[in-house]
Amino acid sequence: MAQMPDGEIAPRDGLLPASAALGSAERTLHAYLHIPFCRVRCGYCDYNTYTSSELQGVTENSFLNNLLREITLSKNVLEALHSEQRKFSTVFFGGGTPTQLEAEQLALVLETLKSEFGLEQNAEVTTEANPDTVDERYLNTLADAGFTRVSIGMQSSVSSVLKILDRTHNPENVAKAVAAAKSAGLQVSVDLIYGTPGESLDDWRESLATAIDLDPDHISAYSLIVEPGTKLARQVRSGELAQPSDDDHADKYEIAEQMIAAAGFDWYEICNWSKSPATVSRHNLAYWRSNDWWGYGPGAHSHVGGTRWWNVKHPSAYAERLVASESPALARENLDEAAKATERVLLELRLREGISIDYLKSINPQAAKPISHFIADGMVNAEDAIRGQLTLTLKGRLLTDALVRDLLG
Amino acid sequence: MSPRATSRLEPAKTDPGMIRNFCIIAHIDHGKSTLADRMLQLTGVVDDRSMRAQYLDRMDIERERGITIKSQAVRMPWEVDKQVYALNMIDTPGHVDFTYEVSRSLAACEGAVLLVDAAQGIEAQTLANLYLAMENDLEIIPVLNKIDLPAAQPEKYAEELANLIGGNPEDCLRVSGKTGVGVDLLLDKIVATIPHPVGDPNAPARAMIFDSVYDSYRGVVTYVRMIDGSLAPRERIQMMSTRAVHELLEIGVSSPEPEITKGLGVGEVGYLITGVKDVRQSKVGDTVTNAQKPATEALVGYKDPLPMVYSGIYPIDGSDYPNLREALDKLKLSDAALAYEPETSVALGFGFRCGFLGLLHLEIVTERLEREFGLELIATAPSVVYEVTMDDGKEITVTNPSEFPTGKVKKVLEPMVRATILAPKDYVGVIMELCQARRGTMIDMQYLGEDRVQLRYTLPLAEIVFDFFDQLKSKTQGYGSLDYEEIGLAEGDLVKVDLLLQGEQVDAFSAIVHKDKAYAYGVMITGKLRELIPRQAFEVPIQAAIGARIIARESIRAFRKDVLAKCYGGDISRKRKLLEKQKEGKKRMKMVGRVEVPQEAFIAALSSDGEKKGEKKGK
Repeated sequence: MAQMPDGEIAPRDGLLPASAALGSAERTLHAYLHIPFCRVRCGYCDYNTYTSSELQGVTENSFLNNLLREITLSKNVLEALHSEQRKFSTVFFGGGTPTQLEAEQLALVLETLKSEFGLEQNAEVTTEANPDTVDERYLNTLADAGFTRVSIGMQSSVSSVLKILDRTHNPENVAKAVAAAKSAGLQVSVDLIYGTPGESLDDWRESLATAIDLDPDHISAYSLIVEPGTKLARQVRSGELAQPSDDDHADKYEIAEQMIAAAGFDWYEICNWSKSPATVSRHNLAYWRSNDWWGYGPGAHSHVGGTRWWNVKHPSAYAERLVASESPALARENLDEAAKATERVLLELRLREGISIDYLKSINPQAAKPISHFIADGMVNAEDAIRGQLTLTLKGRLLTDALVRDLLG
Repeated sequence: MSPRATSRLEPAKTDPGMIRNFCIIAHIDHGKSTLADRMLQLTGVVDDRSMRAQYLDRMDIERERGITIKSQAVRMPWEVDKQVYALNMIDTPGHVDFTYEVSRSLAACEGAVLLVDAAQGIEAQTLANLYLAMENDLEIIPVLNKIDLPAAQPEKYAEELANLIGGNPEDCLRVSGKTGVGVDLLLDKIVATIPHPVGDPNAPARAMIFDSVYDSYRGVVTYVRMIDGSLAPRERIQMMSTRAVHELLEIGVSSPEPEITKGLGVGEVGYLITGVKDVRQSKVGDTVTNAQKPATEALVGYKDPLPMVYSGIYPIDGSDYPNLREALDKLKLSDAALAYEPETSVALGFGFRCGFLGLLHLEIVTERLEREFGLELIATAPSVVYEVTMDDGKEITVTNPSEFPTGKVKKVLEPMVRATILAPKDYVGVIMELCQARRGTMIDMQYLGEDRVQLRYTLPLAEIVFDFFDQLKSKTQGYGSLDYEEIGLAEGDLVKVDLLLQGEQVDAFSAIVHKDKAYAYGVMITGKLRELIPRQAFEVPIQAAIGARIIARESIRAFRKDVLAKCYGGDISRKRKLLEKQKEGKKRMKMVGRVEVPQEAFIAALSSDGEKKGEKKGK
């Protein structure tokens, strides 16, 4: 499972430094809720999630109680920090499998956020969903509670690929879930994974075509990463499965862009395409634009005004803290200007609108040189660059991290 | 057996008739240092308790490799027929790189012990030094060492020695430096057969410098052999080559610890200390005289050491450059033959072009820099000195292949050597093949004994500095030995091969090679770099070229994907830290144009064919 980053020990009262309040009027506030439950663990997954046997006695109910305690704690912490009450612009339930909980349980959490903080008008409220766990009733309940969006973990439509990924869902359930979400009035996003060992280019085209046929509002496509410590990593190491290749990933990304764009979607971030500007994930944009968010639940990360922190990882450790009326924060870091600048470049360059070249020059006076190379190599759009904005071409999107390294000098 | 001397002759007052000056000529590992140790013990100048194995070889590197780099002299008393004699044993460097130093050591002696391993027979380097000793009219005492070894064949090799230097096989002494057997007889024989020194005690002082050593406490210690006249403490002395005058702060003999004396007289061997800090002010071969009453004629034989092999030496960490400069400055104090000047390389940054007497010298210097000064270094492939004449008559000396002129070259002269190779006769075929492949021309071939053959070849020095010795050792299963001497320049059909990375020349890989070998070199180096340089965001062509003509080409395919799939709230911190780490890693990258080349790639590409680690280990 992924390791937590290093940081300084977070205070047990969870209070934030005064610096975190600076400039908060220009930032929106967002809530992420981590639901760390899965029925089975998928072979490629290194997320902070647990099957029932791994929970050391933590039940869904006790978990929910602690989640609500953290909401109360967050309210106190933010009230101590800010002079006025801030509302959430977006709420996102992720996991794990949030839909492992009952719809009413998710609704209760949302209700608590509303009563403690309040939501902005037209707030976006999303949950990730496993297609096997949701039906019409479930999704209607969410919609009635104020959910606006559901992100369905489809991954692939090809059964041999799903098998290697250890995905147990029935591919036919994806269409049912999408239809049910639509009829409940929810926006629908589907998640896809490409580059699974053994997946052919045609397998990938088939998955894309199937996803497009579902007529979702939004598609996310992620290349499969072999994370250390996973079953997949062991299989690759033993030679049972082939190591996914970067060239294969590049081919498949290009295919994705071509097919998804042809179906009328526009990319707005490296891995994300949207039918219209109204259906982008505003929650995820908040991450890329360095807004403020509180991450609730075990292992969740938060960011408020340049202070990042992350909670203890295991649900039982999380429970212990909250039962003792302590902050579940494990460690934190206060970003200095250089770190903020680095993050801004690495995040904003992923977006379609790119990043201002004046800003790049302010942090690296020599930035013009790499930019000229990027133009020559067709990695950024020349017209935009001349107008002062660095935006990526398809080729550049595939090499974003290399570009960021060059830009930071 | 002669007894240990009960008294010693007082230096500065010793009758030249009671002095014997000798050296030991031996191949590396034939036991010279062990024999010298036994002599020190037997004559009582070093007591058994303080006996350190191989007492005379002071430097760690020397002791580790079992070779002598710096010579020294030891005065030992020895009694024969109730007469006490003073024996001066002058240690000589054993390696071909130091031929000049050897020749000066020999010039300080009247006799030489020719020491040969009774299990191996004479080797090429010993032959070369024997030849020099005979040129200097030294009395030669043939000695077979290691007769205690089960594999010793003293009869066979006594025969071989007799054939070489004349005389009867029975005249050849048999000793064991390890057990001490026969060493007393050898000392007796030195007294009996080696002529005593002859000089004019009343003439103006003339002393020949045969060694000059830097000591961090005492400054430069100069070892001399008095030829005429005498020197006394507090005198003002003059170096005849530079006319520099110094005050004699200390004068004495080594026994083997320094022993201050009232001076040195005709035929004596000892040391001088003047307080100078740089061995270049006290050069081997120079003549020391009295500043008030100077001699009119210097002793013959002085010459400045000339570097034969050049290599660029660069710190792996660029910030070590000032430390490298300081280290070279310090080494230079004790190594007059080391030459260096600053050089910059596109690929390797700031460093020094260093000149060496030969490959062993290069190895020793780089090893001392790394060991004694804690530096991590890259050395470019060794190169020789080329004399280039252009069409317009302009002459250029090239010590760095990347500086080889690009215009119309009329001719190129390269240094040639006469190589002597000794090996069992079964290997003659492979040796001839090797020499031919290295552009060698055979001079002659002769049998030394029943099964050992001496081959002599004319070869370009450049072919020898390029892993020749390793090849010889491996093709002869370790039995081949090599010696070479410089014999001047010869015209060669040579071209410069450049290495281009994305169109940019990488100076560290330029090489001057024979026209017929240019293609093979180009293919080898481009292929190697293709393996070593990681993929970049763009395709990187690697080309080898002679001038504008491309002779070999490889390319590194561009990588097409370098982006993390997901980057959400929980990923940002880790991603930033990864990026910061990558930025650190980038500092160890060398930029060639836009191509990022890991330092390791340069090291790997240079070391595998460049500085082979064979010669220094010798046999």
